[in-house]
Amino acid sequence: MLFHKKTGRVGAFAALAVTVALVATGCAAAEGGGGDGSGGDSGNLAITFLPKNLGNAYFDTSDKGGEKAIKEFDGTYAEVGPAEASPDAQVSYINTLTQQGVGGIAISANDPKAICDALNEARDAGVKVVTFDSDTNPECRDIFINQATSEGIAKVQVDLIAEQIGDEGEIAILSATANATNQNAWIELMKTDLEANHPNITLVDTVYGDDDDQTSFDKTAALLQTHPDLKGIVSPTTVGIAAAARYLQTSEFKGKVALTGLGTPNQMRDYVEDGTVTAFALWNPADLGYLAAYAAKALIEGDITGAEGDKFTAGDLGDYEVGEDGTVLLGDPYTFDADNIGEFDF
Amino acid sequence: MSTLTAETTGSRVTGALGSFLKARETGILLALVLIVVVTTAKNPNFLFSNDGFRDLLLTPSILLLVAVGQAIVIITRNVDLSVGSTLGLTAYLTGRLFIDVPGIPIIVVFLAGLVFGGLLGLVNGALVAFARVPALVITLGTLYAYRGINVLWTGSDRINASDMPKPFLALGTQSILFIPVLTIIAVVVLVAAGWYMRNQRGGRELYAIGSDPDAANLYGLNVTRRVLVAFVVCGALAGLAGVLYAARYGTVNSQAGSGFELEAVGAAVIGGVAIFGGSGTVWGAAIGAYLLFTINRALPILGVPDFWQRAVVGVLIIGAIVLDRLLAVRQSRKLVEARDPE
Amino acid sequence: MTTDLISGGTASPRVYKDYSRPLWQRVLLTREGAVYAALILVIIGATLSVRNFGSPITMTYLLLDVTPILLIALPMTLVIVTGEIDLSVASVVGLSSVVLGTLHQAGLPIPAAALVAIVVGAVAGAFNGFLITVVGLPSLAVTIGTLALYRGLAVGLLGTTAVTDFTEFWTDLAKSKVGGTGVPTVMILFVVLLVAFAIVLHFTPFGRGIFAIGLSSEAARFSGVHVERTKFILFVLTGTISALAGIYYTLRFGSARGDNATGLELSVIAAVLLGGVSIFGGRGALHGVVAGVLLIGVLGSALRLANVTSDVINIITGVLLVASVVSTSVLNWARAKRTKPGESRKPK
Repeated sequence: MLFHKKTGRVGAFAALAVTVALVATGCAAAEGGGGDGSGGDSGNLAITFLPKNLGNAYFDTSDKGGEKAIKEFDGTYAEVGPAEASPDAQVSYINTLTQQGVGGIAISANDPKAICDALNEARDAGVKVVTFDSDTNPECRDIFINQATSEGIAKVQVDLIAEQIGDEGEIAILSATANATNQNAWIELMKTDLEANHPNITLVDTVYGDDDDQTSFDKTAALLQTHPDLKGIVSPTTVGIAAAARYLQTSEFKGKVALTGLGTPNQMRDYVEDGTVTAFALWNPADLGYLAAYAAKALIEGDITGAEGDKFTAGDLGDYEVGEDGTVLLGDPYTFDADNIGEFDF
Repeated sequence: MSTLTAETTGSRVTGALGSFLKARETGILLALVLIVVVTTAKNPNFLFSNDGFRDLLLTPSILLLVAVGQAIVIITRNVDLSVGSTLGLTAYLTGRLFIDVPGIPIIVVFLAGLVFGGLLGLVNGALVAFARVPALVITLGTLYAYRGINVLWTGSDRINASDMPKPFLALGTQSILFIPVLTIIAVVVLVAAGWYMRNQRGGRELYAIGSDPDAANLYGLNVTRRVLVAFVVCGALAGLAGVLYAARYGTVNSQAGSGFELEAVGAAVIGGVAIFGGSGTVWGAAIGAYLLFTINRALPILGVPDFWQRAVVGVLIIGAIVLDRLLAVRQSRKLVEARDPE
Repeated sequence: MTTDLISGGTASPRVYKDYSRPLWQRVLLTREGAVYAALILVIIGATLSVRNFGSPITMTYLLLDVTPILLIALPMTLVIVTGEIDLSVASVVGLSSVVLGTLHQAGLPIPAAALVAIVVGAVAGAFNGFLITVVGLPSLAVTIGTLALYRGLAVGLLGTTAVTDFTEFWTDLAKSKVGGTGVPTVMILFVVLLVAFAIVLHFTPFGRGIFAIGLSSEAARFSGVHVERTKFILFVLTGTISALAGIYYTLRFGSARGDNATGLELSVIAAVLLGGVSIFGGRGALHGVVAGVLLIGVLGSALRLANVTSDVINIITGVLLVASVVSTSVLNWARAKRTKPGESRKPK
């Protein structure tokens, strides 16, 4: 009908006009402002923390540590993150940060490679990238703040579970997401350690709780149902161990199945006090975030470039030196049990 | 009229028994029993350990409530995709009430959850009933909106188990006579809903509206009010499910309940509630909910990685609607033959 | 239309323009006009009030983000115009993403793997079409089932692992831009598809048939439109384009995961309905849909840059969706009230 065709054509013309307008705005702005507050400015101490996901007690603590550091050196702190720990969600946030021209990003990666391109685009725009807790491939970031050596983290968990189950029996692992760089590194090392030093312990299953409380809770229940002879569960993620402990506390397996891994004292205190969990390990996440923020500051101000041998000062924590592959070590893992858990608040 | 009166003097018992056996609900009940039997044979812990038995009864009860509400809405030829978000919002409200109003009685929290969920359902119902817009679109919009409000309200916080009083959390795991408290709550609701839908006028009118909305209108039924009530009930049940969720899991984050709407629709459809409205029962939806969950738990024991669970659900849904269609075609053919005997 | 049948054809032939409103009203006071106006307002508002919005990388990221929705909105518009719906599109995106990832991991070069993924998408769409047109099931129910099925297949094939090792050349291509303009290369593909779809929908008998089916499939059938075949073709198209979007999504984010694009169908449907397509079928235009997608995209981008949590965007999308559909309904009701039965609009 005439009516339809005419509006069709006019509409198409209008669409063209809008597209042209959009492109024109884009191009014009390119001429105009060179982008105020763009990265690469050595005074731009706007650092944003991008954890694996929000709503995670561990990252709440680490990011607060970062905030404390940033306040100390008068920078600007921000925290953004996805609700679910997936790699593509982080990409969108990295893109936004690039557009905003922040000075530095402190990120815990959901995947070693998927976010590389986005991070490199950010670095091309002058943003400094520090990974902490969970690394990416070394060529995508400037510095990695590692909480402890991966071997040390794996070993302490294996030692704890071996001690708790009498060095023999079936165990299972309740991990975070299937792609997480840090958990996967630790799991590989745990397997090596088990094969070499604990021949009587069998690892029967590895399940993924996706760093989501409900999923981890349900997966623990399923594990216990599927493997009736299970003697121990290792959960190298604070969300997993808290959910598993909560399930165990009201199940008939309490006290019969050992649970250990990486957990925060505040989340685990109840379970240690009533015997559900004997001991677990961690480091201080606040220190991790604190150190990451200072590392970002040093990069932004040009004190270091991330090369091996670079030295920088991290406020109250003292001096640190960059090691191989741009890695900075925070310290050693620490074991929490009924004797000392009352002393901590995080 | 000859063929229609073929069932002559056969007693009412046989007639009732016959229709029971042929009922869709019986079919899936049998499927459920079959799965439990097969899985228990492989691993007796599935059913016979204390935890196993408790979990089998307990965890699906949350989905049961949502599925019952969804069934009521689907019977009226609508759908409510926002139930997952309603559940999440109410679960968070539950936690917040306990934190912000110390000493609040648990029963008040339950009521608050019901009312809050009902209000959210009222928004849906009002838009569908008064604006005459397809429920699919409205509830799609409210799914987005409610979840967004949930995340906004939650921020990056989280309700922890330690924030809620122990008696409330105990509800999530306690049993009375081996049946978990939450399951008892869910079953009571189910019985009430089932009775209402079958025996009360309001319930029968819902079926009428779903079968043929125009005829229902012409007949003089208050379609607007009934549809409104259906959505309010659906929302209230999702709200109650949210309170139960908080009791069961203890930790509530902004993503609580996401994906529940799909499971609820799936449970209803598998349980015999036709997506086109007008038929099916809440009992079927309840059994469907249990079936879905049990399959999820049974798969790893039977050696199938539980990643395939969603695919199984999809196959079941499609199978259910194909079956519905085949039965409907056969039914209408039979009726036509009865009407025009050769 | 130009003779008055009631008066016996003796009255002077009335010219069409006597019945109609002036051109500017016909263009601007339509649904599409409203969406355009909103879009322009939002762009202006964002450029003025949000820092960094006016830079070229904003447009680049915006278009890169919004491309899957743009692509899928094209066939989805056609499907909704016929009065059906397809909720399984996001699951097909995920499935094709997983197929691409697993095949590539097994050693297949990306073009070959992509081709297989597209075929998988077409088959998925054909399955939908078969159930809807041959078995006669309602599209809402079928696509809810296939939403679960296809997503389940995707997650089942890959678990929750993600394949992230893709050839640099292809991931770069997915994100590359045309010359120095900042417009992503993939927009060329989109514009080609847009033109093709627009021609089919607005300028061919097949397209007229689609509108006819939406207005009344019985009447369309009696007018000679192959209703079942048309719908089947549309669902196959939807599956194919969803697979294409899945390939782009995978390469752009460098990650093939069973969970990819969960919830995307909501964004697509919201954008399509916002763009003026009626959920009841029979009405709509592609340019409005493009404007609708851009509107949601621009809003999202501006809010993200202003550090507003992206979930406020969800609230706004939900409210917009509901408001746009309710407002149409309200307008129809108002118009019906204004026109008393039996009265026709008199010429000026």
